[in-house]
Amino acid sequence: MILDGKCPTGPIEKTWDKHRFDLKLVNPANKRKYTVIMVGTGLAGGAAAASLGELGYNVMAFCYQDSPRRAHSIAAQGGINAAKAYPNDGDSIYRLFYDTIKGGDFRAREADVWRLAQVSNNIIDQCVAQGVPFARDYAGYLDNRSFGGAQVSRTFYARGQTGQQLLLGAYSALSRQIKAGTVKMYNRREMLDLVVVDGVAKGITCRNLITGELESYAADAVCLATGGYVNVFYLSTNAMGCSVTANWKAYKKGAFFANPCYTQIHPTCIPQAGDYQSKLTLMSESLRNDGRCWVPKKKEDLGKHPNEIAEEDRDYYLERKYPSFGNLAPRDIASRAAKEQCDDGRGVGPGGRGVYLDFSTAIKRVGENTIKERYGNLFEMYEKITDENAYKRPMRMYPAPHYSMGGLWVDYNLMSNIPGLFVLGEANFSVHGANRLGASALMQGLADGYFVIPYTIGGYLATVKPGTVTTENPEFKKSVEDVKNYRDKLLSINGKKTVSEFMRELGGLMWENCGMARSKESLEENLKKIPALREEFWKNVKVTGAGADLNQDLENAGRTADFLEFGELLCRDAHHRNESCGGHFRVEFQTSDGEAQRDDENYCYVGAWEFKGAGKDPELHKEPLRFENVHLAVRSYK
Amino acid sequence: MSDHKTMTLTLNVWRQKGPNDPGKFETYTAKGITEHHSFLEMIDVVNEDLIKSGKEPIVFDHDCREGICGMCSQVINGVPHGGQERTTVCQLHMRKFKDGDTIFIEPWRATAFPIIKDLVVDRSAYDTIIQAGGYTSCHTGGVPDGNALLIPKPDADYAMDAAECIGCGACAAACPNSSAMLFTSAKVAQLAALPQGKPEAAKRVTAMVDAMKECGFGNCSNHYECQAACPKGINVKFIAKLNREYLKAQFK
Repeated sequence: MILDGKCPTGPIEKTWDKHRFDLKLVNPANKRKYTVIMVGTGLAGGAAAASLGELGYNVMAFCYQDSPRRAHSIAAQGGINAAKAYPNDGDSIYRLFYDTIKGGDFRAREADVWRLAQVSNNIIDQCVAQGVPFARDYAGYLDNRSFGGAQVSRTFYARGQTGQQLLLGAYSALSRQIKAGTVKMYNRREMLDLVVVDGVAKGITCRNLITGELESYAADAVCLATGGYVNVFYLSTNAMGCSVTANWKAYKKGAFFANPCYTQIHPTCIPQAGDYQSKLTLMSESLRNDGRCWVPKKKEDLGKHPNEIAEEDRDYYLERKYPSFGNLAPRDIASRAAKEQCDDGRGVGPGGRGVYLDFSTAIKRVGENTIKERYGNLFEMYEKITDENAYKRPMRMYPAPHYSMGGLWVDYNLMSNIPGLFVLGEANFSVHGANRLGASALMQGLADGYFVIPYTIGGYLATVKPGTVTTENPEFKKSVEDVKNYRDKLLSINGKKTVSEFMRELGGLMWENCGMARSKESLEENLKKIPALREEFWKNVKVTGAGADLNQDLENAGRTADFLEFGELLCRDAHHRNESCGGHFRVEFQTSDGEAQRDDENYCYVGAWEFKGAGKDPELHKEPLRFENVHLAVRSYK
Repeated sequence: MSDHKTMTLTLNVWRQKGPNDPGKFETYTAKGITEHHSFLEMIDVVNEDLIKSGKEPIVFDHDCREGICGMCSQVINGVPHGGQERTTVCQLHMRKFKDGDTIFIEPWRATAFPIIKDLVVDRSAYDTIIQAGGYTSCHTGGVPDGNALLIPKPDADYAMDAAECIGCGACAAACPNSSAMLFTSAKVAQLAALPQGKPEAAKRVTAMVDAMKECGFGNCSNHYECQAACPKGINVKFIAKLNREYLKAQFK
């Protein structure tokens, strides 16, 4: 099937305005008759639930944490992009659009990216109005910093906690609607099934994580804002509870999964210290404004204290390879460059898997106090984890899985191929192509939540009669029964291996064979080993406790079971895409100097996978990508 | 990967089946712990052993494990988050302990935070306080340009100092009166310091203080245990700010 993204046509500058006008509206008095389910309350879900509630819809919002204030958007450090052009440095909506298309290695839809760039400015205004304390200069104006993949300063920030402040802004707007009664909040709920009635999304089945009870909720539309899936690598910068489960359940009910192989490996994370480790911690990309990446030129210097290695014996490899972008090269490129140095035997720290991020030049230039003001909390966090003082010696960094550009397929209205199912934020695939630029995730989450879905969902709801399906519908009963059987099966195996042993093993396979570099052979190895591991899981996993209770072991077992299926799809997608682009690097397809080599003739499309039943191969559908404004070109940062 | 010396520790962990069940300390041994384990990774090790022997693992709240989501909540040796300055439990590392140590681990203890199971408590009272007024009532869209309001840097910095609160509940857990004053004041002070928050300042502070009382939190009697326990170092000066704002509101 050739998929249609239903993008508006005509001059790109007019597409969103024209589309907004063309969308049907729901009369204000009729909005209260419609109910919308919002799963996930991070930047996208929180902003959307608040905005839809404000418009007058009845919203039911769900999160697995004990409060919507804890979604993992909160951990984003560096900032949020907008095309305000306050610094007078040549920025514009068009340039943000261009940088994002190029940064995504020409694998995103032009119209979606244009809309993102266009509404970026509204986001900043909205957050300021909410009381988000963005950094200001001494005259009281908003301050900007630079980020990777751009040569202008367009990143707004709140110290090293921008995600936290933006999320708390959305949470405050959401709290206001909860108080007003337009949003009903369901904390500590995990979505375990999508309920589809006559081909239309009409509700969800959730597990109440406190009581273990399985609950049904019906609505006129279902929105998933359930984040990314890079915990499939086991060790990642995601929170422990982040999973593919909600998206995977929707996939198994017919929603297409697009570009799962586009995963972002973030270049600057604290290296792994031991096998017991449960997660990896990111250090903001903003550090590369002042930090310089290097490794020793000579292998014999590896044992030395970094401060004893002479300046001429240091290889500032990003500045050497990419003189015009230098340390602000985009993430995919910076990560591969770090790996390349370590593969060459010049990596530092335990196991030789690390590079230095050095602030000594910046400290000499602007003083330690200024650096402290810019990144104090990050230096503190680094010291807590490593016991090293980064003002005195360079940080050690290594790439780690961080973000998923792939996600459920959506059209321009953010609706999946299942009518009534919308997907927002990181959970969809739409704007980042094969690589996301820094400070763009916050932008997308809030764009989708505040300024896209409030319009596009109306266009859908105006075409359906409200309240036609209730939880009395047999599909809801069947869904609860299915979830219950699945849960009981997990609890009944009583094998010998723990859930986390399986998850570590899967993560190891994914990282080794489908991580920063992939090959036909490594992927084929995974396509054999993952199904075998999955089979073993269903025979030999040990899950303790009961179903009708707070049972974290059972929660993890369910998420791991889904990752064991999803990991295979990710590898299958990576295997089919015989090119390198952005975060998807196939070693067979690289230029003579080791850069990603795209194949626009054969792979300039979105690859969306359809579930065809257990034990059957999924079917690939394609949505061709057309570039009418930004011309397909070799992506260069040299 | 690591060839560090390992530690063996004795843990006394609060186990409680449900809100209405009696709880008690159970003793466990944590073996093979290195200085690089985080405190929660040390509990992960103990839990793996428990699962393997068919016992229910210790239930505890945690999520981001990088000190920002505010989900983790344990009282360690009598101190919420374990006593390292400006540090959440998830960022506390085992290098702060030594081989042979005995450690007591308990949930937050405050009337307004009922225990759900083991180390997990219900903190929805904090959401209730925010819902009472911890926001500016702006609609999505229709707001002025971000630079239309100039905010002096000291005011923006002051607001940010307050806004760093992660809502973990350590302040109330540390307070002898189980007061939520530090938490409430951080939001009140953030918004009172900014021009966007001024129009609703009086209504906000009154509603939030009322909600705090209704949730069952006590009042502040200046012990400052909250500031000492706060993993973000939120300063008690914001409580003074709250009191002033509250007083001002009464004369409106």
